[in-house]
Amino acid sequence: MQKHLFLGVEAIGQGAIDGGMSGVYAYPGTPSTEITEFIQDHPLAEERNIHRKWSANEKTAFETALGMSYAGKRAMSCMKHVGLNVAADAFINAAMTGVNGGLVLTVADDPSMHSSQNEQDSRFYGKFAMVPILEPSSQQEAYDMAREGFALSELTKVPVMLRITTRLAHSRAGVECSDVLDENQLSMPADPRQFILLPAIARRKYKGLLQSQDLFLKLSEESKYNRYEEGEDKSLGIVACGIAYNYLMEHYPNGTCPFPVLKISQYPLPEKLIKRLNQECDELLVLEEGAPMVEESLKGFFANGTPVKGRLDGTLPRDGELNPDLIAKALGKEFFQGYNIPEVVANRPPALCQGCGHQDAYVAMNEALADYTKGRVFSDIGCYTLGALPPYETIYSCVDMGASITMAKGAADAGLIPSVAMIGDSTFAHSGITGLLDAVNENSSITVVISDNESVSMTGGQDSSALGKIESICIGVGVDPAHIHTIVPLRKNHEEMVRLFRQEFAYEGVSVIIPRRECIQKMSRKKRNSK
Amino acid sequence: MRYAKALPFGEGLGGAFKTNNMKSDIILAGVGGQGILSIATALGEAALADGLLIKQAETHGMSQRGGAVYSHMRISDQPISSDLIPGGSADLILSVEPMESLRYLPYLSETGYLVTNITPFVNIPNYPDIELVLAEIHKLPRFIAIDADAIAKEVGSLRASNMVMLGAASPFIDIEFSKIENGIRTIFERKGEAVVNMNLEALRRGRIFAEENR
Repeated sequence: MQKHLFLGVEAIGQGAIDGGMSGVYAYPGTPSTEITEFIQDHPLAEERNIHRKWSANEKTAFETALGMSYAGKRAMSCMKHVGLNVAADAFINAAMTGVNGGLVLTVADDPSMHSSQNEQDSRFYGKFAMVPILEPSSQQEAYDMAREGFALSELTKVPVMLRITTRLAHSRAGVECSDVLDENQLSMPADPRQFILLPAIARRKYKGLLQSQDLFLKLSEESKYNRYEEGEDKSLGIVACGIAYNYLMEHYPNGTCPFPVLKISQYPLPEKLIKRLNQECDELLVLEEGAPMVEESLKGFFANGTPVKGRLDGTLPRDGELNPDLIAKALGKEFFQGYNIPEVVANRPPALCQGCGHQDAYVAMNEALADYTKGRVFSDIGCYTLGALPPYETIYSCVDMGASITMAKGAADAGLIPSVAMIGDSTFAHSGITGLLDAVNENSSITVVISDNESVSMTGGQDSSALGKIESICIGVGVDPAHIHTIVPLRKNHEEMVRLFRQEFAYEGVSVIIPRRECIQKMSRKKRNSK
Repeated sequence: MRYAKALPFGEGLGGAFKTNNMKSDIILAGVGGQGILSIATALGEAALADGLLIKQAETHGMSQRGGAVYSHMRISDQPISSDLIPGGSADLILSVEPMESLRYLPYLSETGYLVTNITPFVNIPNYPDIELVLAEIHKLPRFIAIDADAIAKEVGSLRASNMVMLGAASPFIDIEFSKIENGIRTIFERKGEAVVNMNLEALRRGRIFAEENR
C-alpha cells in the first residue's frame, strides 16, 4: 500500500473519495476548508464528477448533502464548529429523517480559538442529535473514518458526525490508503414518508431514533477505534479521547504506560469499557479536546463515585486546547521547561495585508464618521474584522456571520442613527441578505458597507457565491438603486469615498456602499500561477 | 567539498542524540507570508526519501495575515505520537525572523540549537530595537545567527532566503545533506533548472556559514 503524507483535512478528503462519496458540500471555514479544496483538486473527483463546488453557507451545504443522501448516494458536508450552528436546524432534523445514502458531517472544532470567535465542542451537537460520533486520534484514523463513515451511516440509518480539531486538521503524517469503493447508484428511499417530518410521522421517527440508541452503543462498544489498554498500576485509569490519546502516549512510548488507558474515538461512550475502567481503578483522569463533556458525564451531578480528574477540578485548564505539556503536568511528570521568552519579544497579531482594499475603506469610513459619536460600526466575520485593531479601530462588533447588518438595524431601532454595517461579499451572501431584507421592510436608517474583494479571503481565496451579483441582490431585496453605490477603494478615490460615506450616513433609510477591489492575496496568487 | 559530506550519525548535534534512535524535533518560525512551509516541504521530502516518519503541525488561518506563525516538525525512525513537540525538547528552532526565533524558546531543549535569520520583518509599530533582539539570541549557548537575506541576494534572489536558512540548519538535522538537496530539487523542479540551482546554491551557502560559525 502506498503511504501519503497528508494533513488531517486531506486525509479526510481522500477517505471520502475512496469511500464512494458522490458529493461534498461545504462553506469555507478554518480549520475545515482544505477538505473541500483537496477534493476539488483531486483527479478522481474530476473523473467521477464528484460534486465539489462551494455552497452559499453551511445550512445550504448540509441540506444539499441530505438531498443527495435522499437520492441514495453518499455525501459529505464539511464545516467549522460555528458553521454547525448555522446548519444545526438541518442536522438535528436529519437525525430524525435518517438517511438513504450514507451521510457524513465533518466538523472541525477550533479549541484555543486560533481562527474563531469561540471554542464550542461539536460533540455536544452529535449527542444532542443522538447520532454516532467519530473522533480520530490520528491522520490514519481520519482517513479510515471518512472512508468507512458512509457505511456506518447506512448501517445506523442516521447521519454520522466526524469531529476533528485544529491540530489534527492542520498536521501532516503518513497515511495508508485502502481500496477505492464504488459510488452508490441512484435509489429512492424505501419508505416514501421517511423524510416528511409532519408531527404524526415525526413522533414515530423520534421513537425510532430513541430505539436505535442501543445499536449505536453496541457499535461503540465493538468499535476498533475504542480500545482498552491494560496497565499494572490501578491507582489511575485514563480516558483519552481523540487526539488527546497521542499527547498521552508521547510520555509513554512503546506501550510503557503503567496505567490502564481507555482510548475513545467513537461515541456514544462505550459503557462496558467505561464501567470496567471504573471498577478496576481508584481514580479516573479524563483527557479530551474541547469541553469536559465526557468528564461531566462520568463525574455525575453528585460526584459520589470514583474521583474523576480533568478540566473541571483544575487538573487540566478549563479552556484551550490540550498539549503534551499540560498532560505531563496532569500526570505529575517533571520535565525541562525550556528557556523563557525574553521580555523584548513583542506580540505580532495578524493584520490587513499591505495594499488591501479594506484598508482604504476603513480610512475613508473613519474620516466620514468623525462627525458622529463613536461606536456606530457593526462588523462581521472576515479579514475586515482586523479593522478592530490599530491603526483603524473602526468597528465595535464581530459576533457571527451576518450579524453586522441585523445588529446595525437593532441599534438604529433603538435610536442610534445612523448605524453602519461592515460586511464582506461572501459573508453577505452567506447570511447578510435576510438581514438586509428586514432593514428594507422597515426602512431602517442604516448604511451597509459591503466591502467586496471578490473572494472568501481569510480562508484562502475561494470564490464567493455572490460574485458579480451583489448589486442585483440588493436591488432584488428592495434597496433603492439611488442609494446603492460602488467605488474602487484606492487612495486616489479617497475623497470620493469619504463624500459617499458622508452622504449615505446622512440618508434616513437603507443605503448600500460597495467598495470593490480584488483581494490582494488572490491577485498575487493568480499572477504566480499564471507564470 | 565540506558541505557535501554527509554527517556521521549524531555528529555536531550538540549531544541531542544520545539514544540510538534518530529523532529531530524542529520548531519552524516566522511571520505569515514569509513561507516557512516551503522549508517544511523540502525537509519533509528529504525525510520521506530517507524512509523516516514525519508529523508536522502547521499554522493556517488568521495568523497567516502577517501574524506570528510556526510549525512543529517531527522526524523520527520510530513512530511519533504527538503532533506537537513537548516543551523543552526541541532539537532545533529554525526561524526566518530574529524576534520570532525567541518566541519559541520554551520549546528548546537544553542541548538544542537556535538557527535564525537576522533580518527583521517589521510590520508592527512596537518592533523592538534589533540590537536588543540580537543580544538575547547571543545569550544562548548554541545558536547560528545568519544574514540569510544578504546571502540570498548574492546567489540571485531574496526569495532563496528560506533555503539559505534550511542550509544553515542542516548540520543540526539528522538527515543526509544530499537528501535535503534532493528535496529541494523535487519542490522547485517545475520552476526550471535555473531556480533549482539557485536554491541549491542558497542551501550550500547557508550550510557553509553554519559550519564556519557554529
